[in-house]
Amino acid sequence: MTTLDRPRISLLGTSALLFEAPGAFDLPHQRRIWALAATASKWPGIREAIPGITNLMLTFETPPRELDTLFAALNDGWDAAEGLAIGGREIRLPVTYGGEVGSQLQSVADHCGLSVDDVVSIHATPLYTVFALGSHPGYCYLGGMDPRITMPRRQTPLQRSAGGSVSIGGSQTGVSASPGPSGWHAIGHTSWTFFDPSWPTPAALAPGDTIRFEIERVIR
Amino acid sequence: MIEILSVTGPASVQDLGRFDQSRFGVGTSGAMDDVALRAGNILLGNDENAAGIEIPMLPFKLRFDRNMAFALTGADVEAEIAGRAIPPWWRSHARAGDILTVKAMPRGARLYLAFGGGIDVPMVLGSRSTQFRGEFGGWHGRPLQPGDILPCAASTTTIGELGVEPAEITLARPNAAADETIVRVVIAGEYDGFDAATQALFWSSSWKITPQSNRYGYRLQGPAVKPKAPIEKRSHGIVPGVIQIPPNGQPIIQMRDAQTSGGYPKIATVIRADLWRVGQARLGSKLRFEQTAYGEALAAEAEMSAYLERLRTNVRLIEEIRTCR
Repeated sequence: MTTLDRPRISLLGTSALLFEAPGAFDLPHQRRIWALAATASKWPGIREAIPGITNLMLTFETPPRELDTLFAALNDGWDAAEGLAIGGREIRLPVTYGGEVGSQLQSVADHCGLSVDDVVSIHATPLYTVFALGSHPGYCYLGGMDPRITMPRRQTPLQRSAGGSVSIGGSQTGVSASPGPSGWHAIGHTSWTFFDPSWPTPAALAPGDTIRFEIERVIR
Repeated sequence: MIEILSVTGPASVQDLGRFDQSRFGVGTSGAMDDVALRAGNILLGNDENAAGIEIPMLPFKLRFDRNMAFALTGADVEAEIAGRAIPPWWRSHARAGDILTVKAMPRGARLYLAFGGGIDVPMVLGSRSTQFRGEFGGWHGRPLQPGDILPCAASTTTIGELGVEPAEITLARPNAAADETIVRVVIAGEYDGFDAATQALFWSSSWKITPQSNRYGYRLQGPAVKPKAPIEKRSHGIVPGVIQIPPNGQPIIQMRDAQTSGGYPKIATVIRADLWRVGQARLGSKLRFEQTAYGEALAAEAEMSAYLERLRTNVRLIEEIRTCR
């Protein structure tokens, strides 16, 4: 992925803009994004500040007449942003690796030159941090995966991947919250509920929460 | 209440959309042609955000179980109620037991059926729109089926027939050929990642709208538009209207049910004032992009708002004249 050496701001038509931070895909940079999001969400005319992976989208309540002031505020805000260390919850998530849903477990092992047990153990070791939510309701982008189990995304996305799929896409891992198309490789599944529109906060997890995958079972 | 008797394809309950839930991964949903839904609600004296039915395929048939005003806007339409033909962009009135039959859409891709008072399904996360991926909102989070009985809120709407000028006439774009939709776009983050010849190809091509186009996205077909070097972005927020270029070089316009984030390079974004035109572009027809600056895009939005304001004023004046008689 491209690494920038200075912040980059681009327009998404008249309804939003995207701020992309320079630097690595790591927790210190992400913490500055969370800080900038907390600040920018209070600015007048801003509807929502939505963190991505070391970037931030601002959607407009009303599109600003002129953009220079907003661009300058974002650049200044980034320079001033101290990392926001969110003391999130730690979730233990039981995972069944392999089986029908996790049918790509063997492919990932083959691709990485590892055994199935190695892949499972490497995947279940780190404490992952929820970097951002996005894609579909309740889906979390996680940071912290061991690069030894990196596998490029599919050339052609699957039309339907099961809800609760634990998947690897490039150097990222995540758990889908509902069934839908996916370009990632499913290596397991969990029956946890990530999203319910009737909850006061509809998503179960928030940026800064951490996840530890527990090996419930490995189906070879 | 109204009962769905016959439905073809994914008709759904939509209002203007769900705009402040992106940070939970929840997309906007909402009417693909928001101008048409607003116009229907204006005709009925409803809140403009009242929920109606978006109909993408025909035939469609429903029965009214009480006297009720309704409006048909969006695509051009061949429809009748109790044997009377209904013109497009028209408010009409049904008696209890009347059956509305929509037979054909000679032009356009989506029809909006609005009801006096609006469809009274619960607000979920601030909207009545159907969220298909999350299976919530609208009518049980799913497309409508025959036998569904939808509640409508009480309404004080007057019952006379009334029509307004369709948006496609008032807001017509110059130089648009019969089978081609021209939409204005503002360039996006990765535009400079394409060389000048490829950028020129993007502007000059007449893009075919493939059958894989729907509420999630419009997949276009034409010459391959590929960046100078492959671009893989870190996942970031996107909005409806964003035009992504996947590795095969065939653009995808993100629409109302799109994911809230993505990583493909973005060449441009369809402006809000023109996104409804994409929603009314038919499968198999052609689409062309016209570059516009941010300031011009705001002016286009103002023009759209002025059109809606004129509708409000005209409808109010006509009601006042009727009341005075």
